[in-house]
Amino acid sequence: MAVAAATTAPMFDCRKAWAETLEQLAASDERIVVVVNDSVGSSNLGGFQTRFPDRTINVGIAEQNMVGVAAGLANGGRIPFVSAASCFLTARAMEQIKADVAYAGFNVKLVGQSSGIAYGELGATHHSIEDFAWLRTLGPITVIAPCDAWETAEAVKWAAVHEGPVYLRLSRMKVPTLDLPGRTFTPGKAEVHRSGTDVTIIANGTTVHLAIEAAETLAAEGVSARVLNMHTISPLDTDAVTAAAKETGAIVTVEEALDRGGLGGAVAECTSATHPVPLQRVGFPGFMPTGSIASLFEEFGLSREGIASAARIAIRRKGA
Amino acid sequence: MTHALKTDNSDALIRDKALWMRQQAMKMVYAKQLGHLGGDFSAIDVLATLYFGVLRYDTARPEWAERDRFVMSKGHATGALYTALCAAGYFPEDWLDTYMGHHSKLNGHPNRQYLPGVETNTGPLGHGFPVALGIAISGQITGADYRTYVLTGDGEQQEGSNWEAAMTAGSRKVKNLTLIIDRNRLQQGARTEDTNGLDPLDDKYRAFGWHVVEIDGHDYAQLLDTLGAPVADREKPLCVIANTVKGKGVSFMEDQAKWHHGVPNAEQFAQAMKELV
Repeated sequence: MAVAAATTAPMFDCRKAWAETLEQLAASDERIVVVVNDSVGSSNLGGFQTRFPDRTINVGIAEQNMVGVAAGLANGGRIPFVSAASCFLTARAMEQIKADVAYAGFNVKLVGQSSGIAYGELGATHHSIEDFAWLRTLGPITVIAPCDAWETAEAVKWAAVHEGPVYLRLSRMKVPTLDLPGRTFTPGKAEVHRSGTDVTIIANGTTVHLAIEAAETLAAEGVSARVLNMHTISPLDTDAVTAAAKETGAIVTVEEALDRGGLGGAVAECTSATHPVPLQRVGFPGFMPTGSIASLFEEFGLSREGIASAARIAIRRKGA
Repeated sequence: MTHALKTDNSDALIRDKALWMRQQAMKMVYAKQLGHLGGDFSAIDVLATLYFGVLRYDTARPEWAERDRFVMSKGHATGALYTALCAAGYFPEDWLDTYMGHHSKLNGHPNRQYLPGVETNTGPLGHGFPVALGIAISGQITGADYRTYVLTGDGEQQEGSNWEAAMTAGSRKVKNLTLIIDRNRLQQGARTEDTNGLDPLDDKYRAFGWHVVEIDGHDYAQLLDTLGAPVADREKPLCVIANTVKGKGVSFMEDQAKWHHGVPNAEQFAQAMKELV
């Protein structure tokens, strides 16, 4: 399922990092439990279930119940990680996420597996491209989309100790582990992968490595592109976005999600209030047609060339 | 104030508390001209029994890990819940005067971050039961001996999320969970059986793996015996179908769908307060 044909770096499925990290945490914190909807296998939680059978609560195919039960487990002092395909977790249980988790303020960790269009040809029912727009409106929930295996592990570690609801948007799509010296994960703080002065590309999740490739292409043309990994979409790092607008004068957002209401929408809300600049949003326009992940990424511009092209347009629009 | 045990004068105590709760709920709703008195009054005897004859709690320590939990799934019945929490000692009586006022802690539906003693935020129907199930499962995992009670409306049972929770509780034998169904047979617009029929509720819950007991939801002796029964004596979760009367205690409100969220005028208020003695 690799989408970055151009890269030669080894590619990793981040579910391994998620599951191994959670198992390690659970070994030292008995409050950690998982709640699943017959999703042990798809969540890569077989090892967790074997080690901690009493802390694996499988409610069956019942997402409303799954999220409600998690809120109750938090009331009882557990730290529940709800792990399910993000399309069903967020859409089917949206009112439970709103009322029982966000509004009630329970310490529940929602882990959306196989998000975006990871289910490819299975179609729009199984895609989760609306979840950024839905979840980021629920203020108390921290919404994080890790970009690689390292960041997935860091986000899981942070979520386990953070007191409050979290949505971790994970993927089964293979991505390279990004190389950044002295890397630290700070929720709510964008990670600068590349400095630049002509345009800023703001990406998250599975698209960050594509944004870096696009910046390389642009550099070869003499265009200096800044690349930000906006792993936390809510709360947004408005300082980094505003600085990007002021210092580079043009922005491209990239997300494996709808091109409305998600990262692009959040950045637009921010810059319209602080420093309006040309903004090109790379994402999906609506329900996806049938296709492989690679072909859909290519068609809708989630690629080295697609992102570079959006950057050229954003730069052309400066002063227009 | 720590409450725990059934005492010899429980019936009289509960009766007094229930009367006070009905009086206060009537005053609150009349003053604000907003509320859900019909469902408050069908449930008040259940809540008075729980808070003054069954539940173990400490109002000085609302987050006490070993407290028994009560989840009010029919969150619109705040006239019942708020007066019960106030009577129990969770907050002072003058807070009731702020009911649904600007920035009041007494929101139209309960919020755990506003008020001590509220276990979870409810309002949309079909939410409290799964949350209560999670609380009970947490107790099972840790071996805690607290008990979890949840009250749903009967119309509320039409929400599918309840049946997801019912299936899980029965399947996992979550015996420390008690579901009380406020069976007043009326929902907002009409009789339950004329809307989306629930009967036979008892057989449905038995088929889902529950013990089922049907009682008079206004009879304190029956309520005490049923709700106070030791968890150790059963192997399954307990469903209590409490047959109740919507608007119970005020003659012109009883068994009338329009009093789901009807509010009294001055004359009706005076008449109601005359009857609530």
